[in-house]
Amino acid sequence: MTTFKLNGRDVTIDAEDDTPLLWVIRDEANLTGTKYGCGIGQCGACTIHINGEARRSCITPLAAAEGAEITTIEGLDPAGEHPVQKAWQNLQVPQCGYCQSGQIMTAAAALKQNPDMSDDDIDAIMTGNLCRCMTYNRIRAAVREAANTMREG
Amino acid sequence: MGDTIKLSRRNFIIGTGATGLTIGILASCSPGESADTPTPPMADAEPVPEVNAWVHIKPDDTVTIRIARSEMGQGTLTGLAQLVAEELECDWEKVTTEYPTPGENLARDRVWRDFSTGGSRGIRGSHDYVREGGAAARLMLIQAAATRWGVPVSECSVAKGVITHGPSGDTLTYGAVADDASKITPPTDITLKDPSEWTIIGQPKQRLDTVDKTTGAQKYGSDIMLDGMLNAAIKQPPKRGATLASFDESAIADMPGVRKVVEIDGQFPGVAVVADYWWQAKTALDALPIEWTPGEGSDFSSSAFEAELDEGLEAEEAFVGNKIGDVDAAFDSAAQIVEARYNAPLQNHACMEPMNATAIWTEDKCEVWCPTQNGEAALAAAAEAAEIPIAQCDVHKLLLGGGFGRRGMNDYVTQVVKIAKQMPGTPVKLLWTREEDMEHGFYHPITKARCQGALDADGNLTGLKIRISGQSILSGLMPQALNDGMDAFAFQGLLPSGVDARAEDQTLKYTFPAVLFDHAMRNPPVRPGFWRGVNANQNAIYLECFMDELAHAAGRDPLEFRLAHTQDSPQLAAVLQAVADKSGWGAEDGLSRGLCAFYSFGSYTAACAEVTVSEEGELKIHRIVAATDPGYAVNPQQIDAQVAGSFVYGLSAALYEEVTFEDGEVQQKNFNTYPSMRIAAMPEVETIVMPSGGFWGGVGEPTIAVAAPAVLNAIYAATGKRIRQLPLKDQSLRDA
Repeated sequence: MTTFKLNGRDVTIDAEDDTPLLWVIRDEANLTGTKYGCGIGQCGACTIHINGEARRSCITPLAAAEGAEITTIEGLDPAGEHPVQKAWQNLQVPQCGYCQSGQIMTAAAALKQNPDMSDDDIDAIMTGNLCRCMTYNRIRAAVREAANTMREG
Repeated sequence: MGDTIKLSRRNFIIGTGATGLTIGILASCSPGESADTPTPPMADAEPVPEVNAWVHIKPDDTVTIRIARSEMGQGTLTGLAQLVAEELECDWEKVTTEYPTPGENLARDRVWRDFSTGGSRGIRGSHDYVREGGAAARLMLIQAAATRWGVPVSECSVAKGVITHGPSGDTLTYGAVADDASKITPPTDITLKDPSEWTIIGQPKQRLDTVDKTTGAQKYGSDIMLDGMLNAAIKQPPKRGATLASFDESAIADMPGVRKVVEIDGQFPGVAVVADYWWQAKTALDALPIEWTPGEGSDFSSSAFEAELDEGLEAEEAFVGNKIGDVDAAFDSAAQIVEARYNAPLQNHACMEPMNATAIWTEDKCEVWCPTQNGEAALAAAAEAAEIPIAQCDVHKLLLGGGFGRRGMNDYVTQVVKIAKQMPGTPVKLLWTREEDMEHGFYHPITKARCQGALDADGNLTGLKIRISGQSILSGLMPQALNDGMDAFAFQGLLPSGVDARAEDQTLKYTFPAVLFDHAMRNPPVRPGFWRGVNANQNAIYLECFMDELAHAAGRDPLEFRLAHTQDSPQLAAVLQAVADKSGWGAEDGLSRGLCAFYSFGSYTAACAEVTVSEEGELKIHRIVAATDPGYAVNPQQIDAQVAGSFVYGLSAALYEEVTFEDGEVQQKNFNTYPSMRIAAMPEVETIVMPSGGFWGGVGEPTIAVAAPAVLNAIYAATGKRIRQLPLKDQSLRDA
């Protein structure tokens, strides 16, 4: 049994300790906004927040979640209006959209720590998140826009 | 916050299908609710009055536009809705979309026509009949209002879904008359608006599917959850041509969650483990001892195939795709002959969402949920695998986490139905691992080219020969489309005009005095696929890098040299000039520039790349200016996104992507060994959308082709070294 907070609610999971958190979140908690892309921490589609830090849930075992506060894309903002989400919407970032939960979660965690990221910082942080539609230029612009909002906020 | 939910294994309903298994999409957990509680099926929603096949309008004036083509990121859902809404004259703010099913299409005499979504045809292939659908609905709605008022139609007008009777000033909304309108005989005499009257087409409307893609609410194929559903992982023969010899089910029988191990026979064979949860299925499959029997192609290696490709470059016999003038005479009298050889490797689509599909099979019914670019082909595949009449099968399309041509194939549908058929009544979701996705693609074809040009004493191009050697997509996927053995599509972008109307959108737009383009077909035992841009990708490299070589050999400016051959295509000249002007062609600013222009999928495209190459040979692409003339531009901001995205999809392929084989097995099994473009390497892309009107060209693919040649030509301008081998990551950009 592993107990943790998932999007603010207590959950108890009965599964093998080495089950990747991704599959617990998707198949057992039925929160499908977190995506499977590679299973080896190479694409970032599975990015979630563990105690506020961006983490690749596909290579994070369930055991590591014990007592943690975990946030998925569904829990980032109750109304889906986190500044990063708003920027993504304003700039029409998604194409197929499959990687975008992970992109948004990576950006949101980084901006919370440092809303003054330079363009090089943005590239360095976001480079772990693959997008095969190649929406990168709009991602860059949206991270900048979200940073502006978060600094003002 | 105090709610505690306890998640435990769901109770599975097995074998109840014949008695009417309820299928619902499980909601995400909310406080006080366990994951076991299914929500009502989506299909139970309140029926919406159908004005016609394309348009449903609710009493609250919400308009649902039905879209046959598949959304995979290219924006066709929004673009096609704009076309219908334009003629419908509805309020765009009240528009939503939905997919009809391929089964409904079949049952209704294919009222929505083609579901296939490929070849950048979504809009250009259906703009007329979807606009007619919108216009017919508008006429019926106005007729319904006029009838209710007892006034002539001619006294009525409509704007934003509100019908007004001119003389009285009375109004009725679409929602108020939709039910009446649905009973009116559809009009046959429909006149579409002149493009000058468009108010929705041509506008940079926001996509209709954006918000859900930022909140996690968007459901893709792999997100489907059905009541009682089990999950399957699959292992396909690692070596080409291999078949299953045996597996030892007993080795994993006691592993957590395992329900069944099934063999999948036929064209897309493999072994699948079905378990409660996907991770359990995958873990058990990894532990399952499987023996394979090698077959034809199991010893295939990419390095050995090189010799076969090289032989094709010299072969006596080849299919002639385009022959103009007397090319031999041009070479006999040439003052200078230039020759160069290029290659283009096998590449994978590598959609972010691995292949997947979900099915439930009973003796008299089969239903499939899947992300597919071709719903009707998916339905046919499902019915064939189910061995049930097609009228008793259906496919529910979900959004695609990337398509790029890969999901035009429905191998994963065949597989899931064959699995579900062995577990009657139980819904099964099949999800491939990334490794399976990499190892069992339908790859971008492998080719080489020998390019030869004849220049006269004044540096004019008098003859051009391109011999393509290598793989044919049609031969591998649809041999019935070959023409006396020839794959005309291999000459995409190089074909003669005025020969085949169906290929007119893929013709050579330069004017040359003499050419010979031919193809020595050399097929490896690797299945090819339609990979975004298809054969235009390598053909643009072969033509446009070589044009650059010819210009330099002739001592002429590459822009001027190209423009000298655009006398019959002012559109090609215009896009070329546009990128040159915008990028400052000829500027002395420390940047090196390369050009490319190409015509494919009915659109004219050009690019100018601006690069620097360090002394150590490190490439930096500073900016790319890309122009496209698709005739009509339905949604400019989406075209901007498609041009930038498709362009860099092609650039990523040229820089990084290659699939190779050893002993019949793919060597690149995940993103660590199959790298692609990351944000840090992403150049600034400036797009110029310049619709000249009068024709409907594609958008999702054409611009891919111009990326690689523009960058390769810019690298030459920077270094004086010609790179003719791809991908670039394996090349030294400067001589050691």
